[in-house]
Amino acid sequence: MTTALQKVFDRPVSLKDVQTHFCPGCQHGTIHRLVAEALDHFAVQERTIGVASVGCSVFLYGYFDVDVVEAPHGRAPAVATGVKRVHPDKIVFTYQGDGDLAAIGTSEIIHAANRGEGMTVIFVNNTTYGMTGGQMAPTTLPQQKTSTSPSGRNVQTDGYPIRMAELLAVLDGTAYSTRVAVNSPKNVLQAGKAIRRAFQYQVESQGFAFVEVLSACPTNWGMNPLKANERVGSEMIPYFQLGTFKDVEKTF
Amino acid sequence: MQKRLFVKGNEAVAMGAVEAGCRYYFGYPITPQSDIPEYMSRELPKVGGTFIQAESEIASINMLLGASASGARAMTSSSSPGISLKQEGISYMAGSELPGLIVNISRSGPGLGGIDASQADYFQAVKGGGHGGYRLIVLAPYSVQEMYDLTILAFDLSDRYRIPAMLLGDSVIGQMKEALIPHPYHPPADLPAKPWAVTGKLGRSDQRIVKSLYLGDGELEAHNWRLHEKYRLLGEQEVRSEAVDVEDAALIVTAFGSTARIARTAVRMAREAGLRVGLFRPITLYPFPEAALRQMTEGCKKVLCIELNAGQMVEDVRLSVARDAEVRFYGRPPGAGSLPTPEELCAQIRKHYEA
Ligand SMILES: Cc1ncc(C[n+]2csc(CCOP(=O)(O)OP(=O)(O)O)c2C)c(N)n1
Ligand code: SF4
Repeated sequence: MTTALQKVFDRPVSLKDVQTHFCPGCQHGTIHRLVAEALDHFAVQERTIGVASVGCSVFLYGYFDVDVVEAPHGRAPAVATGVKRVHPDKIVFTYQGDGDLAAIGTSEIIHAANRGEGMTVIFVNNTTYGMTGGQMAPTTLPQQKTSTSPSGRNVQTDGYPIRMAELLAVLDGTAYSTRVAVNSPKNVLQAGKAIRRAFQYQVESQGFAFVEVLSACPTNWGMNPLKANERVGSEMIPYFQLGTFKDVEKTF
Repeated sequence: MQKRLFVKGNEAVAMGAVEAGCRYYFGYPITPQSDIPEYMSRELPKVGGTFIQAESEIASINMLLGASASGARAMTSSSSPGISLKQEGISYMAGSELPGLIVNISRSGPGLGGIDASQADYFQAVKGGGHGGYRLIVLAPYSVQEMYDLTILAFDLSDRYRIPAMLLGDSVIGQMKEALIPHPYHPPADLPAKPWAVTGKLGRSDQRIVKSLYLGDGELEAHNWRLHEKYRLLGEQEVRSEAVDVEDAALIVTAFGSTARIARTAVRMAREAGLRVGLFRPITLYPFPEAALRQMTEGCKKVLCIELNAGQMVEDVRLSVARDAEVRFYGRPPGAGSLPTPEELCAQIRKHYEA
């Protein structure tokens, strides 16, 4: 019997060998890894340009070993538009939180999608503003308590959680729009596939691709990592339905 | 001989930009500068360039940020309310040390104001405008020819110092037509390469990061000291101004842009009437030509600052003139509706000359 050891798991080359600053149980780290795996899969690390947004993921350049431009709060899709127009042959992605993309940056994301900009957008929905201390986000669920909805989000006065993946899917410029979660091994695998597909669109020059990832923020939800992870399944997924809302290129 | 054209100031800006190798334009319509995006949408595709009509001024300045970070020569243009929206992006570009041209063909405000000429965006242009205490290179053309020439210069200065540049005109200079001789552009041989631009890591081991976030101990202060050293250097090396008839002047008029154009005529009229007056015109509003003005006012104890606003550049004039020179002001707040006539300015010159 042969005893040669086979390596079955390793750090993606697109990720640096450093510790992250994320809180215990935060899923930004998992999502970073999935994005890096997709870059490795297509062997595009050396022609990738990331656009970092404002929020807990602002230090993107500290983890991804790719060129990175940092954008003002919410404006990553506009910055990425400028980058992609100068470098149409490069792989350009933005990585944005829900405060970033669904509040201050709604205009930029809708119009980048509508122009069919050839970029991949990773949208991390944790139903709160993580970095600034857990205020209400456009994705905060009804009745969810946050530091600016202390008695729970009241849809009569605060409006309804925005379903971005569905919203962008109706735009003609959007090629791919999907929602995934990273709360179970099965969902992580599924999320990895979706992220890979979103990059495949760019590799094949097929237009705007959007992946919404439901993610936990244990710190600002006031929960331990396990409970926070459970909440993704018990409260978020019922409201933010998982699935693909648009996939124009079925031949990949 | 170069051909002579008869064009609008706005067109001259667009022509100068294309000549200077600008291949990316991002903008949003607003009067009185829309000739610029119109020209770019027509002409850029012909030279392999890209025009995007963005969804807002905020998006267009951020597209500029992205294109500039990618190493391209790129620009945006707007008018006062639109420039206000761009301030966030301008501050980020300044913080990220990105070149790029921002054209303000200004109109009167505050708020929606009106579309007539005004110079009330002077403070916003030269004192930072956005947050954080940065500076731009600010150039103030006063003829259609200068709209062309200074656009080209703005790109070179901006690339050389890695600092956003602003061309500050107004609705008069943007809309008026006069002769233009479009000189061909020869890039200065010593323009620096852009080893900081994001291009993807191919063939490099180092990662390139364009950012303005500095959280490490002392990092931001060091970064800001570096930016301010750059501003000091600009003040030493890139100041531009014009002086007319100042050698024996008992009174020097200071004015910029379209107002300087009228003041020039008024000064000539005053000279013809026997008054010893001259004109000093800053071409770089930032860096302000402090030393030149100080030197010029050493023998001349009276300065009359004329602006189409209620008094903004006059503050820089006061800080610059020789110690015992007396600074007077004549101007009108935004909304005045028409430009001062040479006769009106000549009467002001006479009044301040005599009293
Ligand atoms: C113009 C502007 N407004 C507000 C902020 C403050 N701010 C920083 S991060 C953030 C929210 C981030 O939340 P989200 O996008 O959901 O990302 P997360 O931190 O949850 O990953 C806000 C409001 C800012 N930096 N800039
Ligand atoms: S605050 Fe929330 S989103 Fe930010 S790192 Fe911590 S757990 Fe993650």
